[in-house]
Amino acid sequence: MRTPHTNSMSPTRRGFLKTTGYLSLAFSIPLESALSQATDIKPRLPGDLNSTRKLSAWLRINANQTVTLMVGKVELGQGILTAVSQVCADELDIGIQRIQLISGDTALVPNEGVTAGSFSMPNCATAVQYASAEVRAILLGLAAEQLKQPVASLRVQDGKISAANGTSIAYWDLVVGEALNREATGTIKPKPSDLHQYIGRSVQRPDLASKMVGDAIFVHEHRPAGMLFGHLVRPPTYAAKLLSVNTTTAQKMPGVIKVVRNGSFLGVIAKREEQAMAAANALNASAKWQVDKKLPTHEGIFDWLKSTKPNKIIETKNQARAGGAAPSKTVEATYFRPYQMHASIGTSAAIATFGTDGVMLIQTHSQSVFETSIAIAKMLGLEPSKVRCQHMQGAGCYGHNMADDAAADAALLAMSVPGQPVHLQYTREQEHKWEPYGSAMVVQTKAGLDANGNVLDWDLQIWSTPHGTRPSGEPGNLLSARYLEQPFAMPTPINGGPPNYAADRNGIALYDFPGHKVLTHFITEMPLRVSSTRGLGAYGNVFAIESFMDELASAANVDPLAYRLRFLKDERARDVLQKAADKFDWNNWKKTPNRGRGIGFARYKNIAGYCAVALEVEVNPRNGRIRVLRAVASADSGHIVNPDGVSNQIEGGLIQSLSWSLKEEVKFDDTQVLSTDWNSYPILTFSEIPPVEVVLINRPGAPFLGTGEASQGPTGAALANAVFDATGVRFRRLPLTPERVKQGLAKA
Amino acid sequence: MVQFSLNGQTVRSSVPNSTPLLNVLANDLHVNGTKFGCGKAQCNACLVMVDGNPVKSCVAALSTVAGRTVTTLAGMKDGAKPSRLQQAFIDEQAAQCGYCTSGMIIQAQALLDRNPRPTDAEVRTALDGNLCRCGAHNRIVRAVLRAAKEA
Repeated sequence: MRTPHTNSMSPTRRGFLKTTGYLSLAFSIPLESALSQATDIKPRLPGDLNSTRKLSAWLRINANQTVTLMVGKVELGQGILTAVSQVCADELDIGIQRIQLISGDTALVPNEGVTAGSFSMPNCATAVQYASAEVRAILLGLAAEQLKQPVASLRVQDGKISAANGTSIAYWDLVVGEALNREATGTIKPKPSDLHQYIGRSVQRPDLASKMVGDAIFVHEHRPAGMLFGHLVRPPTYAAKLLSVNTTTAQKMPGVIKVVRNGSFLGVIAKREEQAMAAANALNASAKWQVDKKLPTHEGIFDWLKSTKPNKIIETKNQARAGGAAPSKTVEATYFRPYQMHASIGTSAAIATFGTDGVMLIQTHSQSVFETSIAIAKMLGLEPSKVRCQHMQGAGCYGHNMADDAAADAALLAMSVPGQPVHLQYTREQEHKWEPYGSAMVVQTKAGLDANGNVLDWDLQIWSTPHGTRPSGEPGNLLSARYLEQPFAMPTPINGGPPNYAADRNGIALYDFPGHKVLTHFITEMPLRVSSTRGLGAYGNVFAIESFMDELASAANVDPLAYRLRFLKDERARDVLQKAADKFDWNNWKKTPNRGRGIGFARYKNIAGYCAVALEVEVNPRNGRIRVLRAVASADSGHIVNPDGVSNQIEGGLIQSLSWSLKEEVKFDDTQVLSTDWNSYPILTFSEIPPVEVVLINRPGAPFLGTGEASQGPTGAALANAVFDATGVRFRRLPLTPERVKQGLAKA
Repeated sequence: MVQFSLNGQTVRSSVPNSTPLLNVLANDLHVNGTKFGCGKAQCNACLVMVDGNPVKSCVAALSTVAGRTVTTLAGMKDGAKPSRLQQAFIDEQAAQCGYCTSGMIIQAQALLDRNPRPTDAEVRTALDGNLCRCGAHNRIVRAVLRAAKEA
């Protein structure tokens, strides 16, 4: 979940020059005139209100007694639209059912970049909060004029404004006119939390009720009239070129409208889905490919990472210890995280229609409708304004999956049948083999310790391929664009810097160590396709940091919780760890044979939600099988808007991370990916899932902190720590499969 | 021509007998809820009830339902209202993305039909072949147990 570039905190050179220009200008012309000319010095507005400043871009008051709320963030199954609706309803003083939400339509809503990185609460919900509060104030001002009553005497309930003298008027009866067509000032303070009706309550998600009874809500259920069906033929592997294919036979098959070939991009459009599939199978059978064998294999990937020349070596942190004695002891360890999949239960899908007006309209479950529409426009040779993406819900999204590729591929097919909608949904094998995975990583830790086992110098090094190859307006980031007759080269990915980081996300431990260095070997050659996967580098880095802390605690013969607290000054961090331990009953827990407990902690990105996870496991020494008996998580996400929503995210993330950590590894040989379905890439199932207790720490009035990725990192480490406690053997390579555990126990 | 009952109504389809039932339901009869997940009978996102038994519609040919009764999420409703099981899923907010939900509810209903008061472990065993990626498993189990308790 990459940082949208609009959130960059570092001043650009261009921005600096502009600012400098303004300063010199200010000396020569009156200040007021300078202010009106220099757009760069507008006051910073809260959240995404800063980039989309007009109130009317966010909110409309409708005559039919509803309010239209327009947001650029999209529903990915995380419940975000319910949470922003709660915020809007409270600040506007309306019933939540009055809100009509438009989300993720590039022609209609504020450009909020990518829905990712746990940014939706801090950026979108905060913008909605301030915009709603200001719109309410404007409406009160209008009502005061109309009722000829002072603003201070007015009260609002569900959009009805009443004055002390008994007169009243509703929002929808006010002549709003152009009153909202102006920039927000950000000066209207949101309500104090004791006045909230919705914020802080577990409001049910309206979209879930629809999903339970089979109402149309997913992009897969959007069926415009005359819709055709497309299917693709993918190459056997990444480095492949289509040498020849018999299109004549496929073209004559039942229902086939068109075979589309453009370089090594091969697809077919038919009247029916199974007809398109049959034709794609026929094309696949006759296709001859030139294939390169050059992949390092899943067993060789870690050596490959260590030996490949990085594009950059980044000093993520370089804090030298100020004097003092030399460490009495130095210890080190290396941890390994394999490639892992998003692996949504639904494969990616899209519907594209190349309209007679020259506009390519795409219904998509992309996280990045704005930037993806630009990338697709460039790929198709259309003006950016001629591609419109409309977000519709898809299967669970845990980062940059194939949603954008499906949108692009549907558009490539739709170009050849103007006026006719083309539906495309990938096969399971296509999704498994071609999605951008979470990158494999090697993390090496080294600590210089004093005589009591306390850390003096902490040294962490990361080897990783990229964690962000989102479309970002670049066609070369769309999979199929690289296989066209006129291919688009993939741009060299960058590693997002502070404060969010990417490969080195959470590479800096939150602990206060006297010496603290983090070095990131950022490798841009990519044996397997990779991009943002829930937590990015945080999963691998927190696994390493929290495992190593456990190793140090054990070496010092100190309780792992107490050892962590020695180095943790942040009070909220201490609190979240302590709450998880209390709920787990850490201090009274009794060790029994083959059972163990483990704890892990991180503040996601060191700026978002805090989370600690404690697990109890049982390890079967005969077969190496790990059973997670119970899990406890505690979370501090600042002011909580929807407790059940936060709880659902923390628990869901914990279970997903357990699945990654126990089972998941993308397998590949020297030619191609071998994990092609749920048998070759198994995930955790019902009978393997422990009971999970979530403790929430609410901080009323504190900023909203993103939650969706907070539990991924701590869970993996808590698991390895619990297995160590159970067996006395330290496992440093994910996932902890029965074979690996059995082998490890045999060696010990 | 294949004729069958879909959610209480007689429907006919003249597409080839070998057509996957899922395609007929989703693309011809515009059934919502029932989803394509893998096309290989591995995930259960596509489950529908055929004469009261869960069937993987992605691999079931249309001809296999000739003369039979097919029920999907919409057909499980209690008139205009959600069924007890569906309501329990709503009350427990037993999903994140909800893509696997249809298959979960079909499988759980089949369990409740044969075992009205299942234990937690029995629910997990019954649902073990239904994949969920968001981690809503425990909520789903709670929803099934709640529906059983309220019956």
